[in-house]
Amino acid sequence: MVISSFEDFRKKQSLYQKSLEKQYKKVIVCGGTGCVANGSIKIFNELKRLIEEKGILADVDLEKEHEGIGMKKSGCHGFCEKGPLVRIEPEKYLYVQVKVEDCEEIVNETLINNRPIERLMYHFNGKVYKTQESIPFYEKQTRLVLEHCGHIDAESVQEYIANGGYSALVKALEEMTPEEVCDEILHSRLRGRGGGGYPTGNKWKQVSSFKSDMKYVVCNGDEGDPGAFMDRSIMEGDPHSVIEGMIIAAYATGAKEGYIYVRAEYPLAVERLTKAIEEARKIGLLGKNILGTDLSFDIHINKGAGAFVCGEGSALMASIEGERGMPRVKAKRTVEEGLWGKPTVMNNVETFANVRKIIMNGSDWYRRYGTEKSPGTKAFALTGNVKNTGLIEVPMGATLREIIFDIGGGITGDKKFKAVQIGGPSGGCLTEEHLDMPLDFDSLTGVGAMIGSGGMVVMDEDTCMVSVARFFMNFTQNESCGKCIPCREGTKRMLQILDKIIEGKGEMRDLDLLEELADTITNTSLCGLGKTAANPVVSSLKYFRDEYIAHVVDKRCPTRTCSKLRVIRINPDLCRGCSKCSRICPVGAIEGKIKEPFKIVENKCIKCGSCIESCAFSAIEEV
Amino acid sequence: MKGTMIIDGRKVEFDNEKNVLEVVRKAGIELPTFCYHSELSLYGACRMCIVEDKNGKIFASCSTLPKDGMEIKTHSPRLKKYRRNILELLLANHDRDCTTCEKTGNCTLQELAARFGITKVRFGELVDRLPIDTSSLGIVRNPNKCILCGDCVRMCSEVQGVGALTFAYRGSRMRITTAFDRQIGEVNCIDCGQCRAICPTGAIAIKNENCKFWELIHDENKRIVVQIAPAVRVALGEEFGYEPGEVTIGKIVAALKMLGVDEVYDTAFGADMTVIAEGQEFVERLNTGENLPLFTSCCPGWVKFAENRFPELLDNISSCKSPQQMFGSVIKEYYKEKDKNDGKETVVISIMPCTAKKAEAAREEFVHNGVRDVDLVITTQELALLIKEAGIKFEELEDESFDMPFGLVSGSGVIFGSSGGVAEAVVTSLLEKKPDNISKELMFKDVRGLANTKEATYQVGDRQVKVAVVHGLKNAENLINKIKSGEKEYHIVEVMACPGGCIAGGGQPVPVTGDVRQKRSLGLYRLDRSSQIKSSEQNPLIKSLFEGMLKDNHEILHVHRKEKADIE
Repeated sequence: MVISSFEDFRKKQSLYQKSLEKQYKKVIVCGGTGCVANGSIKIFNELKRLIEEKGILADVDLEKEHEGIGMKKSGCHGFCEKGPLVRIEPEKYLYVQVKVEDCEEIVNETLINNRPIERLMYHFNGKVYKTQESIPFYEKQTRLVLEHCGHIDAESVQEYIANGGYSALVKALEEMTPEEVCDEILHSRLRGRGGGGYPTGNKWKQVSSFKSDMKYVVCNGDEGDPGAFMDRSIMEGDPHSVIEGMIIAAYATGAKEGYIYVRAEYPLAVERLTKAIEEARKIGLLGKNILGTDLSFDIHINKGAGAFVCGEGSALMASIEGERGMPRVKAKRTVEEGLWGKPTVMNNVETFANVRKIIMNGSDWYRRYGTEKSPGTKAFALTGNVKNTGLIEVPMGATLREIIFDIGGGITGDKKFKAVQIGGPSGGCLTEEHLDMPLDFDSLTGVGAMIGSGGMVVMDEDTCMVSVARFFMNFTQNESCGKCIPCREGTKRMLQILDKIIEGKGEMRDLDLLEELADTITNTSLCGLGKTAANPVVSSLKYFRDEYIAHVVDKRCPTRTCSKLRVIRINPDLCRGCSKCSRICPVGAIEGKIKEPFKIVENKCIKCGSCIESCAFSAIEEV
Repeated sequence: MKGTMIIDGRKVEFDNEKNVLEVVRKAGIELPTFCYHSELSLYGACRMCIVEDKNGKIFASCSTLPKDGMEIKTHSPRLKKYRRNILELLLANHDRDCTTCEKTGNCTLQELAARFGITKVRFGELVDRLPIDTSSLGIVRNPNKCILCGDCVRMCSEVQGVGALTFAYRGSRMRITTAFDRQIGEVNCIDCGQCRAICPTGAIAIKNENCKFWELIHDENKRIVVQIAPAVRVALGEEFGYEPGEVTIGKIVAALKMLGVDEVYDTAFGADMTVIAEGQEFVERLNTGENLPLFTSCCPGWVKFAENRFPELLDNISSCKSPQQMFGSVIKEYYKEKDKNDGKETVVISIMPCTAKKAEAAREEFVHNGVRDVDLVITTQELALLIKEAGIKFEELEDESFDMPFGLVSGSGVIFGSSGGVAEAVVTSLLEKKPDNISKELMFKDVRGLANTKEATYQVGDRQVKVAVVHGLKNAENLINKIKSGEKEYHIVEVMACPGGCIAGGGQPVPVTGDVRQKRSLGLYRLDRSSQIKSSEQNPLIKSLFEGMLKDNHEILHVHRKEKADIE
């Protein structure tokens, strides 16, 4: 059924809202990748089965008004550490780490008898948190973009509409000219969430200023940073918000076709986006004469084959065009000559998801969030040695302390905080001295890191910063497209030097060489990947130079992470000569006579540490 | 766009230059590049052409538009450091056996390393060596010398429309290979050698067969007969300090004699034969209206391309052998009796500007009872090496002339070496009234020169003959598609694989620029102007050959191709 006018749309919206109200209870099972991997689909099916067994409707079709329990698969709730998650409305209970065995109890107790199940609720420091909103992880967040994630059925366009979805599109088409839309976005100071931080409004204005028979809107969903999953969660949890943003961009710029470039490793995102596009097309929100207006726009999905560099705009376009995913140099910019040489708006997923909020509430409202130069919020994927890992959203300008200690609950095992890597392999590390620095695009660049797409890896005192730098350099070297010389050859040689250092073969001049190569790569590489490839090394050299020196000069890894630098000794005073260690040693590196102290043969030892754990007398120690 | 830039403190006017690099070069500063060729698409990978603006921003000049008031430096301390580091990184990953490399002395990497004073490499050595691909008859690919500038890839796809080469793998494991990583000899490569002509290092080289040459020369039982293609005479001199286009044929003949060759003939004689045979075939087709347009068959790169890409056009391609093959079989036939009497075996070696000729000579349709029409093909570059190896002082040689009976050629045969030459020669042979030098130049100006696709209409008898000339196989592909769609209609189409024709073939001295092509081409037309015999059929030796040896033996002038179904 096609919605062919604004009036039609409003009628539908009000019908869906009424139907939604008839659902006297809503059970929102997290259908994000993390929870799905932990078995949430089974839980969903079991809950639905049990409810229907009781003769209660558990449908989400909003075309018909009927009483019942709304069973929904939502996008990522964010609190991945505690998944699978089940939210019950209207009580706002959040049940964590739910198992299939718990389903019967949930149905009988909570759904039928309205009683909370305390044991399934989040416990922290002896306190039970009844509602989701009261949990510190959520309490400290500001969810604009992730508003729907975990709250609505991610697979239903009806629910999206009932929750105010596509109203921004209607507003733009009905009340605003394309110029006004561009101006509103420009005035909101929305900046590209993909990492570059370029003002989105500028981009749109430029594209709309070029005359062309064809223009494109491209959504960059090729999120590839290790530990980053913000865009995935938005595509999975609120696909229509991305589509709505893209349609508004098309209206504002005069584009006729759109592409969403998603990694094939995000099958759930691909599935939900595909379904969302089909549903939007079915009701006339995509295709010819959208909502009965002159606007015609459709979206294709392009699956990426998993090359990190395809997140770089020009490589992404090359990939869509069927070429090898390599960045291109061009004299003219994407806004003028983008996809297939036509003017192109390219924004990332999170940027598009912001659009409807700005159009709906106005740019002044939007600028109340965040900082003067970086308004709005930013989603981060919080991972690493932090208690509450997951997907979070905070206003720009939030501090690391708020994110890691308030939302994240502090460091796992209450260890000491050491550093946080922001922006993945393109970013840098921040240390204790930056804990109270307000985070935004400019502040991070100022200290040698970058927001990137928003991956945030927290590291505790046991993390070896040289190894971390090596990890990211290895990633970049593998993911370099190989086109330009400084990135291809330079990262290879930097990686070699880092390998040398963690193997204890480094020399002091290697540190200079690292810095010289970093300087060359940063300043001469073709694309963003190369220009930022050295950041993890440069920033760790800046803040943790002592650790490098310990590896190079003392041949010692202060955190005992680098296995080749371990020194393992048998204390002859404690060794009883039982021979257990020599039997356990996988390489036969421990020799001795029974009842006499054993010895480790240095050149055979692979520093695996098995002997340390095996010794009953604690005679083997790492020094 | 017009404006003024400040380059290294000096004002430089620009006017429609495509990028900052072109402006810098116009200002007389040779910024180094590996991957910038104005004839290919912009690639921007080598980063050697970086410049620094007044805010300290570094950018590649090849991919930046010049702006009025732009202020840049081209050799600041930072730029120098970065360029040296880039070179050092390349060298660290390079098979640095310069002493045994064919490209030595002519290698851009070597030249720039010397220019920037790289005396040591701090970043290690090449460790993981990849196998060398010798599967092609025309070229050898040594991936260990590849700097991944992508010039060959773009040349193969953008200019030749072949696309045999592409990139594979990522990061430092990236390399250039073929589809499914097959050997180059097993894929759709047409052996044109343009990849090796543009390769800045020794990663793609001509398959050197000089050892075979010496073996044959030193074999007492062989009669060594050499034929030299027209394009060789306007390019070989470059290897000895002559200007491109300067004709050194007399010295080449003399050098070959000194090397021990028995008879030296001119492939232009083969071309004269081709003109007659192809002219007859063309008139026949015009009369019957069948298999038009007629496509020329002189260029083996084009023939192989057509077999791969347009098998449906094979009947349109002239059935005449190429001048090399035609001449080879005539020479073999000519010496048949003599060989028996002298107890010798005649061996035909051709000196060609072309790597594809090596592959052509080895094709099975040109082998009869185990005897090849042409036994060995030596490229211009290999001949230069032979001359140098033998210690011959080329510059000091006295000119010698070709041997008889195949040493007398027409100007038409000579211009075969330049794009447009074959068409001009065939049309000239069909004209009843031959034009003189001046009217010839006017008459054929549309088919001469370096424009991608050329066309003209000639009045031949009572017919209007529509001629098209195309060089560079991408251009050929575009033209064929237009012919197939009915947008264009011709009677005869000359196709040469290499841009500019044989004068810029894959076996010629490098580098080949537009200017070099122009000069070599003009060299051939100068020879035509000064030639005594203008048109092939006026060549008395040709006349007597066709009336004599070839009278009932036209067969040996034509290709008996494998059936279409046999071709993959």
